[in-house]
Amino acid sequence: MNTQTDNKPIIAVRNLVKKFGSFTANDHLTFDVHKGEIFGFLGANGAGKTTAIRILCGLSAPTSGELTVAGFDVYKNADQIKKNIGYMSQKFSLYDDMTVWENIRFYAGIYRMRRKDIREKTADLLKKLDLEPVRDKLIAGLSVGWKQKLAFSIAIFHSPAIVFLDEPTGGVDPVTRRQFWEMIYEAASNGITVFVTTHYMDEAEYCDRVCIMTEGKIIAMNTPSKLKEEYDTDSMDEVFRKLARNVET
Amino acid sequence: MNRFTGFVKKEFLHIIRDKRTMLILFGIPIVQILLFGYVLTNEIKDANIAILDHSKDETTARITNKLLSSGYFRLQSTIESEQEIEDLLRSGKARLVIIFESNFKKSMIRDGTARMQIIADASDPNTANMLVSYANAIVADFSRGLMVGQALPIKVDQQVRMLYNEELKGVFMFVPGTMALILMLLSAMMTSISIAREKEQGTMEILLVSPLRPVQIVLGKVTPYIGMAFINALVIIALGVLVFGMPVRGSLILLMAESFLFICMALSLGIFISTMANSQQVAMFISVFALLLPTMLLSGFIFPVENMHWILQGISHIIPAKYYIIIVKNIMIKGAGFLFVWKETLVLVGMMALLLLASVKKFKTRLE
Amino acid sequence: MRTILFILQKEFIQIFRNKTMLPLIFALPVVQLVVLVNAATFELKNVDIAIVDYDNTSTSRQLISHFDASPFFNVAMVPSTDHGMTALLDNSADVILTIPADFDRELRRENAGSVQFLVNAIDGMAAGLINVYASSIVQGFHQEIITGWFDIASGGSGLPVQITHRFWYNPNLIYSIYMLPGILVILVTVIGMFLTAINIVREKEMGTIEQINVTPVKKYQFIAGKLFPFMVIALFEFAFGLLIGRLFFNLPILGSLWLLFLVAFVFLLVALGLGLFLSVISSTQQQVMFTIFFFLLMFILMSGIFTPVESMPQWAQNINIINPFVYFMKANRMILLKGSGFMDVLNDLAALSVYAFIALGFAVWRYRKTV
Repeated sequence: MNTQTDNKPIIAVRNLVKKFGSFTANDHLTFDVHKGEIFGFLGANGAGKTTAIRILCGLSAPTSGELTVAGFDVYKNADQIKKNIGYMSQKFSLYDDMTVWENIRFYAGIYRMRRKDIREKTADLLKKLDLEPVRDKLIAGLSVGWKQKLAFSIAIFHSPAIVFLDEPTGGVDPVTRRQFWEMIYEAASNGITVFVTTHYMDEAEYCDRVCIMTEGKIIAMNTPSKLKEEYDTDSMDEVFRKLARNVET
Repeated sequence: MNRFTGFVKKEFLHIIRDKRTMLILFGIPIVQILLFGYVLTNEIKDANIAILDHSKDETTARITNKLLSSGYFRLQSTIESEQEIEDLLRSGKARLVIIFESNFKKSMIRDGTARMQIIADASDPNTANMLVSYANAIVADFSRGLMVGQALPIKVDQQVRMLYNEELKGVFMFVPGTMALILMLLSAMMTSISIAREKEQGTMEILLVSPLRPVQIVLGKVTPYIGMAFINALVIIALGVLVFGMPVRGSLILLMAESFLFICMALSLGIFISTMANSQQVAMFISVFALLLPTMLLSGFIFPVENMHWILQGISHIIPAKYYIIIVKNIMIKGAGFLFVWKETLVLVGMMALLLLASVKKFKTRLE
Repeated sequence: MRTILFILQKEFIQIFRNKTMLPLIFALPVVQLVVLVNAATFELKNVDIAIVDYDNTSTSRQLISHFDASPFFNVAMVPSTDHGMTALLDNSADVILTIPADFDRELRRENAGSVQFLVNAIDGMAAGLINVYASSIVQGFHQEIITGWFDIASGGSGLPVQITHRFWYNPNLIYSIYMLPGILVILVTVIGMFLTAINIVREKEMGTIEQINVTPVKKYQFIAGKLFPFMVIALFEFAFGLLIGRLFFNLPILGSLWLLFLVAFVFLLVALGLGLFLSVISSTQQQVMFTIFFFLLMFILMSGIFTPVESMPQWAQNINIINPFVYFMKANRMILLKGSGFMDVLNDLAALSVYAFIALGFAVWRYRKTV
């Protein structure tokens, strides 16, 4: 995998704080993500992963902290950032009442791709995913696994610098999850930085680097192998359990 | 049963948590009643008129004065030529133009009659007709005052008593009408939308696989709304009685019971609509769009049904609000007992049974 | 611009694919227009009159025959006033006429007779009209016995002021012509406003709006893309409604259609803009529906659709300054029925333009891509 570290991080976060009233969802997060990396955000539900990813995408405003995404400042150049990122949320946000092709065309269109490019790229994509027969079928009729693969493909259709994936593999079977991760690797090998949140610890093994969160704070950040070494175990699951115990005590 | 009350409680919390919707649900009847009571009167006053007085003598001045002091008319402008009439009426600045012929007083003395003309903007025919008859009556009254002492040889006296509503107040029409409209629409809308919402978001299936029986689910969704609609009914009656002096001559308990029946009927309609609608959008369109105008126009709320074409009268028979309005009027204003409303009551019960039956049938076939 | 086109393409696909909504959007208003325009009439006919004749002489029968001959009244004879009261209670009669036992004798002996009307006055307006009709019939009867008994030539009342009247624009006082433009306004607005408002909230509920919010789509592009399709639909229905009015109700279209559609367009900008604004500040479809329902009902009733605006109390007229329906209701009827021109509706058009700016401005301003 592409572990080469650029001097300049593609995502730089310093002391990110997000508060909802008196509740602190993100408590002074500081981390860098480098170009071409698969960066995993791990934690139980409610740890603050989704809040952080939504702030990085510009869907939510931070309370304080310095953030640059794709070289642009989150406060000043939100529009520039949006041109350079892709996003896939927990619920795959495709239009149920539109066909596969119509969904692709719509999203590609609002990223200002040219109609000719859209057509050509769609043809390639459908072929690659074996989705040609359902090109003109409504999304509503697709299985969850297919929706998910399609949503991911659409999120990177306009070749963004970074793609943000928020719990992309929720509710699908292990085989589909495996296939999905293959797509993620492929995107990363094409130079797209992948920022993914998950609460499946086995998926952490697939990441270049992971960052583990509980209760709004980062409690560990390193490559999976270093983490396993540090906590003297051979599974990320165990790492997480040990970390969680530390926090409680 | 325990499970069921738990479910009802959840539904209830769900509803009252949305503060804005709550505010609107209870605000609607109050605003409506106040609107009808204070704003939407059929009495006409201060209609703009223009006067074209070719004579400008003492008599025309007296007639003008009488017209303007009646309260029905307000002088918009005095004009000098016929050419201006068209412009005034077309631009809507004046509703009537009153024209006195030249030498008005002289002709009256010389020939015994003088002529005046009213030109009315009848694009609003009802108002035009009323304004013209008011003006006619005022002028005729003035005329009669001029010819005192010429009695008719025989008199036929008419004693007229306006029963139930001596002052011809509008309140007797709009309180029952508003009750019917609000209860009907809100009940049908609330139930159909909230059930359709569960369907749209896929949570209906979760409920259906739960140990709750389908009937319990529907009942649970509907129960909180029965309470809310009933409170609304009480608020409307209280406002009608306290603010507008509406009487409750018949039994209040009977009135409450009939209102309860009507609410249940409207909720059944809402349930029925939700069996046909799989999205909130559709539910809303059917329950507001398809019900609003027919309930307003074909129930006898604003326009009397007896005067309509027989086809429309036929359609009005399937408008539930029509029967409820009759019931409310009979009980509140005429002081009638159950004997005078049992037919209408029966119709409402029948409609409710029919709707529930149809809903259950639809619901079942969908599950199979 | 290209971005907006992609959004439009998507919106139209979704609208025309929804097979349940399509008939509701297009057929429902048409059916309602055709059926309900005729329902909106204050015109009174078929008044049921219960007559109690205690006198039973040729004179009383002469009076009854006058009622029989009138097209307004359906006469039913009842044996006593109590029977009449029962009929009033169960709505089989609207008015009772009681002719007392010595009616004829008193007329001949005292030169003065008296009859009694008991009117069901719950509907005050109808009761007033019934009273007018009934008394004019009694007057006719009165005139007839005067000429019959005293051999006085019947003639004009001989009042010194002769008053004539002319009804312009609608000489036959056909009420449906007046109501049709009003009902059309309601239908078009309800459709346009609800569809627009629900559309955005629906995307919120489904979560698809997030996906759009992470794209570089500009706020105004998104709002324009949401506004345009429903504007087209609303204007189309407006045109269709006018066509129906022309074909089935002889609706006069005296003024310029260009002007009419210009006013309609600006009004719809306000209505749909308000719908958009309400939808961006609401989080559920239910919320937005109830909010719109509340304002629509209030604004429509205050707009002068059924009752003239000038007769409303001053405070209501003050509220009406911000009620966009007032301006359109008025201008629409003026242009159609009176052929009013640009200068006549300039004020209304100007007011609507200001509100269009405000409504759309608020919608764009309050629409947050970031929460």
